[in-house]
Amino acid sequence: MQTVIGNLSTWLLPLLVAFVLVTGYFRNVPIYQSFVNGAKGGFGTSVRLIPHLVAMMVAVSVFRASGAMDFLVTALYPVLHWLHMPAQVAPLGLLRPISSVGALALMTDIFHQYGPDSWLGQLASTMQAASDTTLYIITVYFGSVGIHRIRYALKVGLLSDLASIIGSLIAVVLLFGPMPHS
Amino acid sequence: MWTGRMAEVTHALLQGAQSGVELSIGLISVIAFWMGLMNVAEQARLVQALARLLRPVGRFLFPSVPADHPAMGAILANMSANLLGLGNAATPLGLKAMQELQKLNSNRETASDAMCTLLAVNTASITLIPTTVIAVRMQYQSHDPTAIVGTTILATAIGTAVAIILDRIFRALSHRREKRCKQ
Repeated sequence: MQTVIGNLSTWLLPLLVAFVLVTGYFRNVPIYQSFVNGAKGGFGTSVRLIPHLVAMMVAVSVFRASGAMDFLVTALYPVLHWLHMPAQVAPLGLLRPISSVGALALMTDIFHQYGPDSWLGQLASTMQAASDTTLYIITVYFGSVGIHRIRYALKVGLLSDLASIIGSLIAVVLLFGPMPHS
Repeated sequence: MWTGRMAEVTHALLQGAQSGVELSIGLISVIAFWMGLMNVAEQARLVQALARLLRPVGRFLFPSVPADHPAMGAILANMSANLLGLGNAATPLGLKAMQELQKLNSNRETASDAMCTLLAVNTASITLIPTTVIAVRMQYQSHDPTAIVGTTILATAIGTAVAIILDRIFRALSHRREKRCKQ
C-alpha cells in the first residue's frame, strides 16, 4: 500500500502532462499556442488572490500569536483525542468547509512552524487538498436555480468533509507512518 | 491584554500581510503552468472523452435522470472537469446541470434527489492533482512537493465513497418520511 501511494505521487504528474500533450498532438491542437493562451490567465488569477490571502494570513497570524488558537485547541482536545486527530490541524479542519483561502493560510502557518515535509505538514497538505468549500458550493449551486429547501444536502456535505479529513489522516498514516512523538 | 502577547500580535499583523503577498506571487508559476496544460486538455476534448467513460457511473448515481436528457450530459461533464482538476470549467458546467435538473424537478423551491446527489459528488470530488497545495509546498522549500498526491487521491476516494453512501441513506430516509406523511 505504502509503495503504491508513493509511486502514484511520483508518477502521476509527469504521466498526466505527457498524456495531455500526446492526446493534444493527435487531435491536432496547436499545443504551444494553446498552452500559452491558457497560461496567460495564471498571472491574473494569482494576483487576484492577493487581497484575500493578505486578509486571511493576517487573521490567522493574529489568531495564533494572540493565544486564541491554543485556547480553541485546548477546548477541543477531548474530541480530537477520541478521533486520534492531532490538535495542531484542528483549526484547519474546522475552517476548510467555510473558507478555502482561510484554510490555505492555516496550512502555510503549519508549514511555517513545522515545515512542509514534516508529518504535520503532510497531513495539513492532504486535508487542504482533499476537501472542498462545501458551504460555498451549496450556496452557489442552489442559489443559481432558486432552491430554498435544500433537504439533507448540507448534512451530507459536512459529514463527507469529516470523512475526507479522517481519510486524510488514514492516508498519511499509511504512507508516512503514525505521528512521531516530538 | 489577557495573555500579555500584544507585541507578538503587532508583529503577526505585519508579518501576516507580507506572507500573504509573497504567497500569492509564488503561486504564479504553478498556476500558470497548470492553466496552460489544462487549456491544451480542454481543446483536446479530454473532458468529453472522460464524460463518455463515466456514463455508467452517471446512470448508477442519478437513476431519476433519463440517460439521454441534457442534464445527464452536463452532470457528466461537471464530474469530468472536477476529476481533471479543472475548477474554472467545473463550476459553470455544474450550474448548467442544476438548471437542467430544475426542468425535471416537480417542486421549484425544493431540491430534487438528483440535485442533492450532484451536490454530494461536487463537495467531495476525487482530486487527482492538488495544484495550489503543490505550489505552496514548493514555496516553502519542500523536498518532495508532490508527495501528497497519493494521500490526496486516497483521502478523496474515502470522502467520495462516504458522500455517495450518505446520500443514498438520507434519500431513502426522506422518502420513507414522505410516505408516512401521506398515509
